[in-house]
Amino acid sequence: MVDLANFLIQVLNSVQYGLLLFLLAAGLTLIFGIMGVVNLAHGSFYMIGAYLGYGLTAQTGSLGLALAGGAALSVGLGWLLERVLFRHFYHRDHLDQVLMTFGLIYILEESRSIIWGDDVHGVAMPEWLSGAIQLTDNLSYPHYRLFISALCVLLALGLYVLIGKTRVGMRIRAGAFNSDMTEALGINIRRLHALVFAMGVGLAAVAGILAAPISSVYPNMGSQVLIMCFVVVVIGGIGSVRGALIAALLVGLVDTFGKVLLPSVASMGVYVLMALVLLWRPQGLFKS
Amino acid sequence: MSTARAHLEVLPVSVRVCVAMGFVALALFPWFGTDFYVQTVARMMILAIFAMSLDLLQGVTGLVSLGHAAYFGLAGYALAFVSPEAGPVSLWWSLPLSVAASGLAALVIGFFVVRTQGIYFIMVTMAFAQMVFYLFFDNKVLGGSDGLYINFKPDAVWFDLENKATFYYFTLACLALAYVFLRRLLFSPFGRALNGIRINEHRMRSMGYATFGYKLTAFTLAGALAGLAGYLWGALTGFINPELMGFHMSAHAIMMVILGGMGNFAGAAMGAFAFEYLLHLFKDLPDVSGIALGKHWQLWMGIFIVLIVVLAPRGLTGLLARLGAKETKDA
Repeated sequence: MVDLANFLIQVLNSVQYGLLLFLLAAGLTLIFGIMGVVNLAHGSFYMIGAYLGYGLTAQTGSLGLALAGGAALSVGLGWLLERVLFRHFYHRDHLDQVLMTFGLIYILEESRSIIWGDDVHGVAMPEWLSGAIQLTDNLSYPHYRLFISALCVLLALGLYVLIGKTRVGMRIRAGAFNSDMTEALGINIRRLHALVFAMGVGLAAVAGILAAPISSVYPNMGSQVLIMCFVVVVIGGIGSVRGALIAALLVGLVDTFGKVLLPSVASMGVYVLMALVLLWRPQGLFKS
Repeated sequence: MSTARAHLEVLPVSVRVCVAMGFVALALFPWFGTDFYVQTVARMMILAIFAMSLDLLQGVTGLVSLGHAAYFGLAGYALAFVSPEAGPVSLWWSLPLSVAASGLAALVIGFFVVRTQGIYFIMVTMAFAQMVFYLFFDNKVLGGSDGLYINFKPDAVWFDLENKATFYYFTLACLALAYVFLRRLLFSPFGRALNGIRINEHRMRSMGYATFGYKLTAFTLAGALAGLAGYLWGALTGFINPELMGFHMSAHAIMMVILGGMGNFAGAAMGAFAFEYLLHLFKDLPDVSGIALGKHWQLWMGIFIVLIVVLAPRGLTGLLARLGAKETKDA
């Protein structure tokens, strides 16, 4: 029985899932669009974020502090990895990038195992968000999921303003268009690259921290999300943040409603969507 | 760029000597190895077939597929489906059927993926492989997350595959045939066209080659050959599960090809042996002062992969060729 309240819950769920996917896919698509790097380890940053969320919430007792701390730590990690590793791969073959980042998945996964172990953990929701909106007598929608959606929308807006409206954003776009020319104009393109990379890692980790209370925290949680991100980026068009947003919401809708309407083949739904988009527009919906 | 990398299509003498010695060593191995090691080496040979099938795409045609394991696993599943509970299935029709199943899947998926390029190709092959993975993972009828058992090795009528040494030699024969086939293919007009596509697809098209058809044929052929490997894997281990079609398996295959050196099949085969050996080595590392090094094999593997990409992008065959070249210079 798909009545109105139930339908509303599914729509809200799919939007929330889509927005969370967008946080991840935005970083992936920016890192590819601007630096030309295929980053298989992007899912691992999500996993690291979730474990940071778990560890920091356990330490501080507050998800808010964990969010702030986790974001700062992951941006630092991103900055470091860009300096040490990724910087040297911007002009290398995609094949080398694939392998290097695959190796990095192993390294990050094992570091996680050494630091936090291999157990599945739950993360408590903050007290003030643990309530729910009562829709009907027995259907309700949790506040926390609304909070995720709201925060994702804020971050997406922030990203839009940063890239579209600020001077730094202008430089980043110039660098994506022609990095040699931008550098020749006296702009420190390397620092911009490091900034974009660190930001992408930070967004992935924030997505991980936000997801931790609703999906629990487990090893290898990054690989599944990575593949969803790939689907989103392929549908949206590589390098396009707007495309990533639309595609993430589409994927969220197809995935959520597929699970409700056709549970046995639901996991294939998004891939069928991808196949259709590829047939129709091989370059994705929005080619930047 | 991969196009600029020497592909060593015509194998240098040092590599040829290695291939010949390797073949002799493999042929003699069952006389010396215990059952356990015979089985381990048979597994390495199967992975060598798998890696060579990927090399047809990755090294020869320049298509980096991050979903090649799907076709490997599918044939194994095909064998599991046609094997009855209580007895063996005939090798002579189940093998072609399983290989054809993988080839058909590659043809259908290839129809979508081959029209994409570069990074898109990488992402899309991976996504489709994941789709196949979830199809099997989520459906109990198809074995679900636990996978399926294959209780009996296929029945070959003239020889008995239940015998470990016989199975070993059957696998070796498959490996040798696949190698010879692929080497001939490499220097056939078809293989030359694939090479041309890797180096400059636009030019090939302007010369009148319908590159879509060539790439799709290569993708299908590579899928079918991966299926041969998957069939053998299923028969050898008697067990098939979704992990065999997963992302890690696909990435390992790419690593094998890179480790050996791509575009000449000898490298891919050597890479498979080297990679599997290293994997065992890392997993069997001793405990040093209370720290179980073997438990953290992923860390060593990860560091090793990163180092290989940074330090030896031409792989083992590239190193061998360089050694050979140095010797002739010294002489």
